[in-house]
Amino acid sequence: MIEFRNVSFSYEKDTPVLQDLSFRIDAGESVGLIGANGAGKSTLMKLLLGLLQGQGEILVDGLAVSKATLPEIRRRLGFVLQNSDHQMFMPTVYEDMIFAPLNYGVSREETEQRVDAVLEQLGLTALKHRHNHKISGGEKRMAAIATVLAMEPEVILMDEPTSALDPYNRRIVINTICSLSQTRLIASHDLDMILDTCDRVILLSQGRIAADGPAREILRDRALLEAHRMELPFCLAGRE
Amino acid sequence: MNKSEQALSALAEMDELAARQSPIHRLHPIAKLLVTIAYIFTVVSFGKYQLSGLAVMALYPVLLFQLSGIPARTCFHKLRIVLPLVMAVGLFNPFFDRSPLLYLGTVPVSGGVISMLSLMVKGVLCLTASFLLIAATPIDSLCAALRRLHVPSLLVTLLLLTYRYVGVMTEEVSIMTDAYRLRAPGQKGIHISAWGSFLGQLLLRSMDRAQELYASMLLRGYHGHFHYAAVNPFRPADGAYLVCCIAVFALLRFVNVAELLGRLLVR
Ligand SMILES: Nc1ncnc2c1ncn2[C@@H]1O[C@H](COP(=O)(O)OP(=O)(O)O)[C@@H](O)[C@H]1O
Ligand SMILES: [Mg+2]
Repeated sequence: MIEFRNVSFSYEKDTPVLQDLSFRIDAGESVGLIGANGAGKSTLMKLLLGLLQGQGEILVDGLAVSKATLPEIRRRLGFVLQNSDHQMFMPTVYEDMIFAPLNYGVSREETEQRVDAVLEQLGLTALKHRHNHKISGGEKRMAAIATVLAMEPEVILMDEPTSALDPYNRRIVINTICSLSQTRLIASHDLDMILDTCDRVILLSQGRIAADGPAREILRDRALLEAHRMELPFCLAGRE
Repeated sequence: MNKSEQALSALAEMDELAARQSPIHRLHPIAKLLVTIAYIFTVVSFGKYQLSGLAVMALYPVLLFQLSGIPARTCFHKLRIVLPLVMAVGLFNPFFDRSPLLYLGTVPVSGGVISMLSLMVKGVLCLTASFLLIAATPIDSLCAALRRLHVPSLLVTLLLLTYRYVGVMTEEVSIMTDAYRLRAPGQKGIHISAWGSFLGQLLLRSMDRAQELYASMLLRGYHGHFHYAAVNPFRPADGAYLVCCIAVFALLRFVNVAELLGRLLVR
Protein backbone atom coordinates (compact mmCIF):
# COMPACT_ATOMS: atom_id res chain seq x y z
CA MET A 1 0.00 0.00 0.00
CA ILE A 2 2.72 2.44 1.05
CA GLU A 3 6.35 1.99 0.25
CA PHE A 4 9.40 4.17 0.93
CA ARG A 5 12.50 3.36 -1.11
CA ASN A 6 15.75 4.99 0.01
CA VAL A 7 14.07 8.28 0.86
CA SER A 8 16.19 11.16 2.10
CA PHE A 9 15.21 14.71 2.83
CA SER A 10 16.68 17.90 4.23
CA TYR A 11 15.17 21.34 4.74
CA GLU A 12 18.56 22.99 4.72
CA LYS A 13 21.74 21.79 3.09
CA ASP A 14 24.04 19.72 5.29
CA THR A 15 21.38 19.05 7.94
CA PRO A 16 19.60 15.91 6.76
CA VAL A 17 16.29 15.33 8.49
CA LEU A 18 15.55 11.91 6.97
CA GLN A 19 18.29 9.63 5.67
CA ASP A 20 17.83 6.68 3.39
CA LEU A 21 14.53 5.39 4.74
CA SER A 22 13.04 2.20 3.35
CA PHE A 23 9.94 0.41 4.58
CA ARG A 24 6.62 -1.02 3.43
CA ILE A 25 3.19 -0.79 4.94
CA ASP A 26 0.58 -3.26 3.70
CA ALA A 27 -3.11 -2.61 3.22
CA GLY A 28 -5.08 -2.77 6.47
CA GLU A 29 -2.03 -2.46 8.71
CA SER A 30 -2.04 -0.08 11.64
CA VAL A 31 1.43 1.34 12.12
CA GLY A 32 2.72 3.63 14.83
CA LEU A 33 5.46 6.07 13.91
CA ILE A 34 7.27 7.01 17.07
CA GLY A 35 10.26 9.15 17.87
CA ALA A 36 11.32 12.08 20.02
CA ASN A 37 10.48 15.68 19.10
CA GLY A 38 12.28 16.61 15.93
CA ALA A 39 12.86 13.00 14.88
CA GLY A 40 11.22 13.70 11.52
CA LYS A 41 7.75 12.15 11.95
CA SER A 42 5.84 15.11 10.52
CA THR A 43 8.38 15.49 7.75
CA LEU A 44 7.92 11.86 6.74
CA MET A 45 4.17 12.34 6.49
CA LYS A 46 4.51 15.49 4.42
CA LEU A 47 6.78 13.67 1.99
CA LEU A 48 4.19 10.94 1.65
CA LEU A 49 1.52 13.53 0.90
CA GLY A 50 3.69 15.25 -1.65
CA LEU A 51 3.78 18.47 0.38
CA LEU A 52 7.58 18.16 0.39
CA GLN A 53 9.87 16.63 -2.21
CA GLY A 54 12.99 14.67 -1.34
CA GLN A 55 15.30 12.08 -2.87
CA GLY A 56 14.29 8.49 -3.35
CA GLU A 57 10.95 7.00 -4.25
CA ILE A 58 7.64 6.86 -2.43
CA LEU A 59 4.86 4.61 -3.69
CA VAL A 60 1.20 4.63 -2.75
CA ASP A 61 -0.81 1.74 -4.15
CA GLY A 62 1.94 1.23 -6.72
CA LEU A 63 1.81 4.88 -7.82
CA ALA A 64 5.00 6.88 -7.40
CA VAL A 65 4.40 10.19 -5.63
CA SER A 66 5.03 12.90 -8.21
CA LYS A 67 3.30 16.02 -9.46
CA ALA A 68 1.31 14.09 -12.01
CA THR A 69 -0.01 11.48 -9.59
CA LEU A 70 -0.70 13.80 -6.66
CA PRO A 71 -4.46 14.20 -7.19
CA GLU A 72 -4.86 10.42 -7.42
CA ILE A 73 -2.71 9.84 -4.38
CA ARG A 74 -4.20 12.54 -2.20
CA ARG A 75 -7.61 11.18 -2.87
CA ARG A 76 -6.58 7.98 -1.09
CA LEU A 77 -4.90 9.65 1.86
CA GLY A 78 -6.64 11.41 4.71
CA PHE A 79 -4.30 13.47 6.86
CA VAL A 80 -4.96 14.84 10.33
CA LEU A 81 -2.47 17.69 10.69
CA GLN A 82 -0.43 18.18 13.81
CA ASN A 83 -1.89 21.67 14.15
CA SER A 84 -5.67 21.71 13.78
CA ASP A 85 -5.71 25.48 13.34
CA HIS A 86 -4.08 24.84 10.00
CA GLN A 87 -6.54 22.16 9.07
CA MET A 88 -9.86 23.89 9.54
CA PHE A 89 -10.43 26.67 7.07
CA MET A 90 -14.18 26.94 6.75
CA PRO A 91 -16.31 28.96 9.17
CA THR A 92 -18.09 26.04 10.78
CA VAL A 93 -17.25 22.44 11.59
CA TYR A 94 -20.01 21.24 9.29
CA GLU A 95 -18.75 23.21 6.30
CA ASP A 96 -15.26 21.87 6.87
CA MET A 97 -16.58 18.35 6.96
CA ILE A 98 -18.47 18.55 3.67
CA PHE A 99 -15.56 20.17 1.86
CA ALA A 100 -13.66 17.03 0.86
CA PRO A 101 -16.59 14.75 -0.02
CA LEU A 102 -18.13 17.41 -2.27
CA ASN A 103 -14.82 18.00 -3.98
CA TYR A 104 -14.57 14.30 -4.66
CA GLY A 105 -17.98 14.20 -6.22
CA VAL A 106 -19.89 12.50 -3.41
CA SER A 107 -23.57 13.44 -3.58
CA ARG A 108 -24.95 15.92 -1.09
CA GLU A 109 -27.24 13.33 0.43
CA GLU A 110 -24.48 10.87 1.08
CA THR A 111 -22.23 13.63 2.36
CA GLU A 112 -24.87 14.65 4.91
CA GLN A 113 -25.21 11.03 6.02
CA ARG A 114 -21.47 10.63 6.40
CA VAL A 115 -21.18 13.85 8.38
CA ASP A 116 -23.90 12.82 10.80
CA ALA A 117 -22.54 9.31 11.20
CA VAL A 118 -19.01 10.52 11.92
CA LEU A 119 -20.19 13.18 14.37
CA GLU A 120 -22.26 10.56 16.14
CA GLN A 121 -19.34 8.15 16.30
CA LEU A 122 -17.04 10.79 17.79
CA GLY A 123 -19.72 12.16 20.09
CA LEU A 124 -19.51 15.58 18.44
CA THR A 125 -23.08 16.13 17.31
CA ALA A 126 -23.29 19.29 19.43
CA LEU A 127 -20.28 20.73 17.59
CA LYS A 128 -21.78 20.49 14.10
CA HIS A 129 -22.72 24.10 13.54
CA ARG A 130 -20.22 25.70 15.89
CA HIS A 131 -17.73 28.23 14.61
CA ASN A 132 -14.24 26.85 14.16
CA HIS A 133 -12.55 29.69 15.97
CA LYS A 134 -14.92 29.54 18.90
CA ILE A 135 -14.21 25.97 19.92
CA SER A 136 -11.42 24.84 22.21
CA GLY A 137 -8.15 23.35 21.00
CA GLY A 138 -9.22 19.84 21.93
CA GLU A 139 -12.62 20.23 20.30
CA LYS A 140 -10.92 21.52 17.19
CA ARG A 141 -8.66 18.48 17.11
CA MET A 142 -11.71 16.22 17.34
CA ALA A 143 -13.37 18.20 14.56
CA ALA A 144 -10.24 17.88 12.41
CA ILE A 145 -10.34 14.12 12.87
CA ALA A 146 -14.01 14.20 11.90
CA THR A 147 -13.28 16.08 8.66
CA VAL A 148 -10.81 13.39 7.66
CA LEU A 149 -13.07 10.49 8.58
CA ALA A 150 -15.87 12.04 6.52
CA MET A 151 -13.57 11.77 3.50
CA GLU A 152 -13.49 7.98 3.91
CA PRO A 153 -9.93 7.72 2.56
CA GLU A 154 -8.15 4.42 1.99
CA VAL A 155 -5.26 5.40 4.22
CA ILE A 156 -5.50 7.50 7.35
CA LEU A 157 -2.49 9.50 8.47
CA MET A 158 -2.56 11.15 11.86
CA ASP A 159 0.11 13.43 13.23
CA GLU A 160 -0.05 13.40 17.01
CA PRO A 161 -3.81 12.96 17.12
CA THR A 162 -4.05 12.79 20.91
CA SER A 163 -1.94 15.78 21.88
CA ALA A 164 -4.32 18.48 23.18
CA LEU A 165 -7.03 15.96 24.05
CA ASP A 166 -8.45 15.28 27.49
CA PRO A 167 -8.54 11.65 28.68
CA TYR A 168 -12.16 11.22 27.66
CA ASN A 169 -11.70 12.40 24.08
CA ARG A 170 -8.37 10.60 23.89
CA ARG A 171 -10.19 7.37 24.67
CA ILE A 172 -12.81 8.11 21.99
CA VAL A 173 -10.07 8.70 19.44
CA ILE A 174 -8.30 5.48 20.43
CA ASN A 175 -11.53 3.49 20.09
CA THR A 176 -12.25 5.15 16.76
CA ILE A 177 -8.81 4.37 15.38
CA CYS A 178 -9.19 0.76 16.50
CA SER A 179 -12.58 0.46 14.84
CA LEU A 180 -11.28 1.59 11.44
CA SER A 181 -10.44 -1.00 8.83
CA GLN A 182 -8.31 1.30 6.67
CA THR A 183 -4.54 1.37 6.58
CA ARG A 184 -3.38 3.65 9.36
CA LEU A 185 -0.12 5.45 10.02
CA ILE A 186 -0.08 7.28 13.31
CA ALA A 187 2.76 9.52 14.44
CA SER A 188 2.97 10.16 18.14
CA HIS A 189 5.02 10.05 21.27
CA ASP A 190 1.93 9.03 23.23
CA LEU A 191 3.19 5.45 23.43
CA ASP A 192 0.22 4.22 25.44
CA MET A 193 -2.04 5.26 22.60
CA ILE A 194 0.25 3.62 20.05
CA LEU A 195 0.22 0.43 22.09
CA ASP A 196 -3.58 0.44 22.09
CA THR A 197 -4.03 1.23 18.41
CA CYS A 198 -1.11 -0.21 16.46
CA ASP A 199 0.20 -3.68 15.74
CA ARG A 200 3.46 -2.48 14.35
CA VAL A 201 5.81 0.33 15.31
CA ILE A 202 8.48 2.18 13.36
CA LEU A 203 10.92 4.01 15.60
CA LEU A 204 12.55 7.06 14.01
CA SER A 205 15.65 8.53 15.49
CA GLN A 206 17.87 11.21 13.98
CA GLY A 207 16.41 10.66 10.57
CA ARG A 208 16.85 6.90 10.48
CA ILE A 209 14.75 3.90 11.32
CA ALA A 210 16.08 2.67 14.65
CA ALA A 211 13.62 -0.17 14.95
CA ASP A 212 10.69 -1.65 13.05
CA GLY A 213 8.65 -4.48 14.46
CA PRO A 214 5.65 -5.62 16.50
CA ALA A 215 4.37 -2.92 18.86
CA ARG A 216 4.32 -5.27 21.86
CA GLU A 217 8.03 -5.98 21.48
CA ILE A 218 9.38 -2.55 20.72
CA LEU A 219 7.30 -0.71 23.28
CA ARG A 220 8.46 -3.13 25.97
CA ASP A 221 12.14 -2.58 25.23
CA ARG A 222 13.16 -0.05 27.85
CA ALA A 223 16.79 0.12 26.76
CA LEU A 224 15.88 0.76 23.13
CA LEU A 225 13.34 3.45 23.95
CA GLU A 226 15.57 5.25 26.39
CA ALA A 227 18.44 5.19 23.92
CA HIS A 228 16.17 7.24 21.65
CA ARG A 229 14.86 9.77 24.18
CA MET A 230 11.61 7.99 25.01
CA GLU A 231 10.14 6.15 27.96
CA LEU A 232 8.16 2.96 28.38
CA PRO A 233 4.39 3.40 28.05
CA PHE A 234 2.84 4.07 31.50
CA CYS A 235 0.82 0.92 31.43
CA LEU A 236 3.94 -1.19 30.96
CA ALA A 237 6.30 0.79 33.19
CA GLY A 238 5.22 -0.91 36.41
CA ARG A 239 5.61 -4.50 35.31
CA GLU A 240 8.50 -5.77 33.31
CA MET B 1 -10.05 40.94 24.40
CA ASN B 2 -7.42 42.84 22.46
CA LYS B 3 -8.21 44.88 19.35
CA SER B 4 -7.57 42.16 16.80
CA GLU B 5 -9.61 39.69 18.77
CA GLN B 6 -12.39 42.23 18.66
CA ALA B 7 -12.02 42.42 14.91
CA LEU B 8 -12.14 38.67 14.73
CA SER B 9 -15.24 38.36 16.80
CA ALA B 10 -16.78 41.12 14.70
CA LEU B 11 -16.25 38.94 11.64
CA ALA B 12 -17.71 35.95 13.41
CA GLU B 13 -20.62 38.13 14.51
CA MET B 14 -21.43 38.80 10.87
CA ASP B 15 -21.33 35.06 10.21
CA GLU B 16 -23.64 34.51 13.11
CA LEU B 17 -26.07 37.24 12.10
CA ALA B 18 -26.15 35.64 8.68
CA ALA B 19 -26.88 32.23 10.15
CA ARG B 20 -30.02 33.41 11.97
CA GLN B 21 -33.51 32.46 10.89
CA SER B 22 -36.10 34.92 9.59
CA PRO B 23 -38.28 35.37 6.53
CA ILE B 24 -35.55 37.57 5.07
CA HIS B 25 -32.80 35.05 5.82
CA ARG B 26 -34.83 32.35 4.12
CA LEU B 27 -35.13 34.31 0.88
CA HIS B 28 -33.05 33.09 -2.02
CA PRO B 29 -29.64 34.84 -2.10
CA ILE B 30 -30.07 35.75 -5.77
CA ALA B 31 -33.37 37.49 -5.01
CA LYS B 32 -31.76 39.42 -2.17
CA LEU B 33 -28.72 40.31 -4.23
CA LEU B 34 -30.79 41.60 -7.16
CA VAL B 35 -33.16 43.54 -4.92
CA THR B 36 -30.22 45.18 -3.19
CA ILE B 37 -28.69 46.14 -6.52
CA ALA B 38 -32.02 47.51 -7.73
CA TYR B 39 -32.40 49.46 -4.51
CA ILE B 40 -28.97 51.01 -4.79
CA PHE B 41 -29.59 51.97 -8.42
CA THR B 42 -32.93 53.53 -7.53
CA VAL B 43 -31.48 55.51 -4.64
CA VAL B 44 -28.55 56.76 -6.67
CA SER B 45 -30.78 57.76 -9.58
CA PHE B 46 -32.74 60.33 -7.58
CA GLY B 47 -31.97 63.92 -8.59
CA LYS B 48 -29.93 66.03 -6.23
CA TYR B 49 -32.87 68.11 -5.05
CA GLN B 50 -35.33 65.23 -4.63
CA LEU B 51 -34.85 64.89 -0.91
CA SER B 52 -38.47 64.07 -0.06
CA GLY B 53 -38.58 61.23 -2.58
CA LEU B 54 -35.36 59.84 -1.16
CA ALA B 55 -36.66 59.99 2.38
CA VAL B 56 -39.41 57.55 1.47
CA MET B 57 -36.80 55.05 0.25
CA ALA B 58 -35.72 54.67 3.88
CA LEU B 59 -38.79 52.50 4.31
CA TYR B 60 -36.92 49.56 2.77
CA PRO B 61 -34.12 49.28 5.32
CA VAL B 62 -36.55 50.02 8.13
CA LEU B 63 -38.80 47.16 7.06
CA LEU B 64 -35.83 44.85 6.55
CA PHE B 65 -34.48 45.54 10.03
CA GLN B 66 -37.92 44.67 11.39
CA LEU B 67 -38.39 41.49 9.37
CA SER B 68 -34.88 40.10 9.69
CA GLY B 69 -34.49 40.77 13.39
CA ILE B 70 -31.07 42.28 12.75
CA PRO B 71 -30.64 45.07 15.29
CA ALA B 72 -30.27 48.48 13.62
CA ARG B 73 -27.92 49.37 16.46
CA THR B 74 -25.47 46.65 15.37
CA CYS B 75 -25.59 47.96 11.83
CA PHE B 76 -24.78 51.55 12.69
CA HIS B 77 -22.23 50.47 15.23
CA LYS B 78 -20.39 48.45 12.59
CA LEU B 79 -20.68 51.19 9.98
CA ARG B 80 -19.57 53.94 12.38
CA ILE B 81 -16.19 54.31 10.70
CA VAL B 82 -17.38 54.46 7.08
CA LEU B 83 -20.56 56.43 7.61
CA PRO B 84 -18.90 59.78 8.41
CA LEU B 85 -16.68 59.41 5.35
CA VAL B 86 -19.67 58.85 3.12
CA MET B 87 -21.50 61.74 4.72
CA ALA B 88 -18.53 64.04 4.21
CA VAL B 89 -18.82 63.74 0.44
CA GLY B 90 -21.42 66.49 0.07
CA LEU B 91 -20.02 68.78 2.70
CA PHE B 92 -18.94 71.53 0.30
CA ASN B 93 -22.12 71.71 -1.73
CA PRO B 94 -23.65 74.50 0.37
CA PHE B 95 -20.69 76.75 -0.53
CA PHE B 96 -21.04 76.26 -4.25
CA ASP B 97 -24.79 76.27 -4.70
CA ARG B 98 -26.19 79.25 -2.80
CA SER B 99 -29.33 80.00 -4.76
CA PRO B 100 -32.35 79.66 -2.44
CA LEU B 101 -34.49 76.68 -3.41
CA LEU B 102 -37.27 76.84 -0.87
CA TYR B 103 -38.25 78.73 2.26
CA LEU B 104 -38.80 77.16 5.67
CA GLY B 105 -41.08 79.86 7.00
CA THR B 106 -39.01 82.87 6.08
CA VAL B 107 -35.58 81.20 6.21
CA PRO B 108 -34.21 80.54 2.73
CA VAL B 109 -32.74 77.06 2.19
CA SER B 110 -30.17 76.96 -0.60
CA GLY B 111 -29.92 74.26 -3.23
CA GLY B 112 -26.50 73.39 -1.84
CA VAL B 113 -27.91 72.43 1.53
CA ILE B 114 -30.57 70.24 -0.06
CA SER B 115 -28.10 68.52 -2.36
CA MET B 116 -25.71 67.96 0.54
CA LEU B 117 -28.48 66.36 2.56
CA SER B 118 -29.59 64.19 -0.35
CA LEU B 119 -26.03 62.97 -0.95
CA MET B 120 -25.75 62.08 2.72
CA VAL B 121 -29.05 60.25 2.70
CA LYS B 122 -28.05 58.37 -0.44
CA GLY B 123 -24.79 57.25 1.14
CA VAL B 124 -26.43 56.09 4.33
CA LEU B 125 -29.20 54.25 2.50
CA CYS B 126 -26.84 52.41 0.16
CA LEU B 127 -24.49 51.39 2.95
CA THR B 128 -27.35 50.20 5.12
CA ALA B 129 -28.84 48.17 2.29
CA SER B 130 -25.50 46.50 1.56
CA PHE B 131 -25.01 45.77 5.23
CA LEU B 132 -28.44 44.20 5.43
CA LEU B 133 -27.64 41.98 2.46
CA ILE B 134 -24.43 40.70 4.02
CA ALA B 135 -25.92 40.37 7.48
CA ALA B 136 -28.86 38.32 6.25
CA THR B 137 -26.99 36.09 3.78
CA PRO B 138 -24.14 33.70 4.62
CA ILE B 139 -21.04 34.55 2.60
CA ASP B 140 -21.06 31.10 1.01
CA SER B 141 -24.62 31.48 -0.28
CA LEU B 142 -23.77 34.92 -1.54
CA CYS B 143 -20.81 33.52 -3.45
CA ALA B 144 -22.96 30.70 -4.76
CA ALA B 145 -25.47 33.29 -5.98
CA LEU B 146 -22.72 35.27 -7.71
CA ARG B 147 -21.60 32.10 -9.45
CA ARG B 148 -25.13 31.41 -10.63
CA LEU B 149 -25.21 34.91 -12.09
CA HIS B 150 -22.08 33.92 -14.04
CA VAL B 151 -19.65 36.14 -12.18
CA PRO B 152 -16.26 34.55 -12.98
CA SER B 153 -15.24 31.80 -10.59
CA LEU B 154 -11.87 33.41 -10.00
CA LEU B 155 -13.44 36.62 -8.68
CA VAL B 156 -15.86 34.80 -6.44
CA THR B 157 -13.16 32.54 -5.00
CA LEU B 158 -11.04 35.61 -4.41
CA LEU B 159 -13.89 37.27 -2.54
CA LEU B 160 -14.45 34.21 -0.40
CA LEU B 161 -10.78 33.64 0.37
CA THR B 162 -10.23 37.31 1.21
CA TYR B 163 -13.11 37.12 3.63
CA ARG B 164 -11.58 34.03 5.23
CA TYR B 165 -8.02 35.26 5.07
CA VAL B 166 -8.78 38.45 6.93
CA GLY B 167 -9.80 36.14 9.76
CA VAL B 168 -6.51 34.23 9.63
CA MET B 169 -4.41 37.41 9.67
CA THR B 170 -6.29 38.97 12.56
CA GLU B 171 -5.98 35.75 14.51
CA GLU B 172 -2.20 35.81 14.07
CA VAL B 173 -2.06 39.45 15.15
CA SER B 174 -4.08 38.65 18.20
CA ILE B 175 -1.91 35.69 19.20
CA MET B 176 1.26 37.74 18.74
CA THR B 177 0.08 40.83 20.60
CA ASP B 178 -1.01 38.66 23.49
CA ALA B 179 2.36 36.90 23.57
CA TYR B 180 4.09 40.28 23.42
CA ARG B 181 2.05 41.85 26.16
CA LEU B 182 2.49 38.93 28.51
CA ARG B 183 6.20 39.59 28.42
CA ALA B 184 6.04 43.39 28.34
CA PRO B 185 3.60 44.23 31.12
CA GLY B 186 2.56 47.81 31.58
CA GLN B 187 3.46 48.78 28.03
CA LYS B 188 0.82 50.41 25.92
CA GLY B 189 0.72 48.88 22.45
CA ILE B 190 3.88 47.56 20.92
CA HIS B 191 7.08 49.48 21.38
CA ILE B 192 8.33 51.04 18.17
CA SER B 193 11.66 49.20 18.44
CA ALA B 194 9.81 45.88 18.10
CA TRP B 195 7.70 46.86 15.09
CA GLY B 196 10.15 45.60 12.49
CA SER B 197 10.49 42.12 13.90
CA PHE B 198 6.81 42.06 14.79
CA LEU B 199 5.69 42.83 11.26
CA GLY B 200 8.29 40.46 9.80
CA GLN B 201 7.11 37.66 12.05
CA LEU B 202 3.50 38.44 11.27
CA LEU B 203 4.18 38.19 7.57
CA LEU B 204 6.09 34.93 7.92
CA ARG B 205 3.50 33.42 10.19
CA SER B 206 0.56 34.44 8.04
CA MET B 207 2.33 33.09 4.97
CA ASP B 208 3.09 29.86 6.77
CA ARG B 209 -0.47 29.53 7.84
CA ALA B 210 -1.84 30.43 4.47
CA GLN B 211 0.40 27.80 2.95
CA GLU B 212 -0.66 25.15 5.44
CA LEU B 213 -4.29 26.03 4.93
CA TYR B 214 -3.87 25.84 1.21
CA ALA B 215 -2.11 22.48 1.57
CA SER B 216 -4.97 21.32 3.72
CA MET B 217 -7.41 22.38 1.00
CA LEU B 218 -5.41 20.53 -1.64
CA LEU B 219 -5.26 17.44 0.53
CA ARG B 220 -9.01 17.46 0.62
CA GLY B 221 -9.42 17.57 -3.10
CA TYR B 222 -9.63 21.32 -3.79
CA HIS B 223 -9.06 21.86 -7.48
CA GLY B 224 -9.83 25.45 -8.19
CA HIS B 225 -13.46 25.88 -7.40
CA PHE B 226 -15.55 25.81 -4.30
CA HIS B 227 -18.61 23.79 -3.67
CA TYR B 228 -20.64 26.34 -1.88
CA ALA B 229 -23.14 25.49 0.80
CA ALA B 230 -26.34 24.06 -0.63
CA VAL B 231 -28.64 26.81 -1.81
CA ASN B 232 -32.35 26.14 -1.64
CA PRO B 233 -34.22 26.23 -4.93
CA PHE B 234 -35.68 29.52 -6.11
CA ARG B 235 -39.27 29.47 -4.79
CA PRO B 236 -42.24 31.43 -6.10
CA ALA B 237 -42.03 33.50 -2.92
CA ASP B 238 -38.51 34.57 -3.87
CA GLY B 239 -39.74 35.62 -7.30
CA ALA B 240 -42.64 37.51 -5.73
CA TYR B 241 -40.27 39.30 -3.36
CA LEU B 242 -38.01 40.26 -6.23
CA VAL B 243 -40.81 41.54 -8.47
CA CYS B 244 -42.67 43.39 -5.69
CA CYS B 245 -39.57 45.11 -4.41
CA ILE B 246 -38.54 46.29 -7.85
CA ALA B 247 -42.09 47.46 -8.62
CA VAL B 248 -42.27 49.41 -5.37
CA PHE B 249 -38.85 50.95 -5.97
CA ALA B 250 -39.98 52.06 -9.44
CA LEU B 251 -43.18 53.49 -8.01
CA LEU B 252 -41.31 55.41 -5.31
CA ARG B 253 -38.86 56.65 -7.90
CA PHE B 254 -41.35 58.05 -10.37
CA VAL B 255 -44.25 59.02 -8.12
CA ASN B 256 -43.44 61.37 -5.31
CA VAL B 257 -45.36 59.59 -2.58
CA ALA B 258 -44.29 61.98 0.15
CA GLU B 259 -45.68 64.96 -1.74
CA LEU B 260 -48.83 63.06 -2.62
CA LEU B 261 -49.46 62.12 0.99
CA GLY B 262 -48.68 65.63 2.08
CA ARG B 263 -51.24 67.08 -0.30
CA LEU B 264 -53.87 64.55 0.74
CA LEU B 265 -53.35 65.38 4.41
CA VAL B 266 -53.29 69.13 3.95
CA ARG B 267 -56.46 69.18 1.93
N1 LIG C 1 10.13 24.26 7.82
C1 LIG C 1 11.30 23.79 8.35
N2 LIG C 1 12.46 24.35 8.01
C2 LIG C 1 13.63 23.87 8.52
N3 LIG C 1 13.71 22.84 9.38
C3 LIG C 1 12.57 22.24 9.75
C4 LIG C 1 11.30 22.68 9.26
N4 LIG C 1 10.34 21.91 9.79
C5 LIG C 1 10.99 21.02 10.59
N5 LIG C 1 12.33 21.21 10.57
C6 LIG C 1 13.34 20.42 11.28
O1 LIG C 1 13.23 19.08 10.87
C7 LIG C 1 13.35 18.20 11.95
C8 LIG C 1 12.17 17.22 11.99
O2 LIG C 1 10.97 17.94 12.25
P1 LIG C 1 9.57 17.23 12.35
O3 LIG C 1 9.41 16.32 11.21
O4 LIG C 1 8.55 18.29 12.52
O5 LIG C 1 9.72 16.39 13.71
P2 LIG C 1 8.63 15.65 14.57
O6 LIG C 1 7.33 15.77 13.89
O7 LIG C 1 9.13 14.25 14.64
O8 LIG C 1 8.65 16.27 15.92
C9 LIG C 1 13.47 19.06 13.19
O9 LIG C 1 14.81 19.04 13.62
C10 LIG C 1 13.08 20.44 12.76
O10 LIG C 1 13.87 21.37 13.41
MG1 LIG D 1 5.62 16.58 14.38
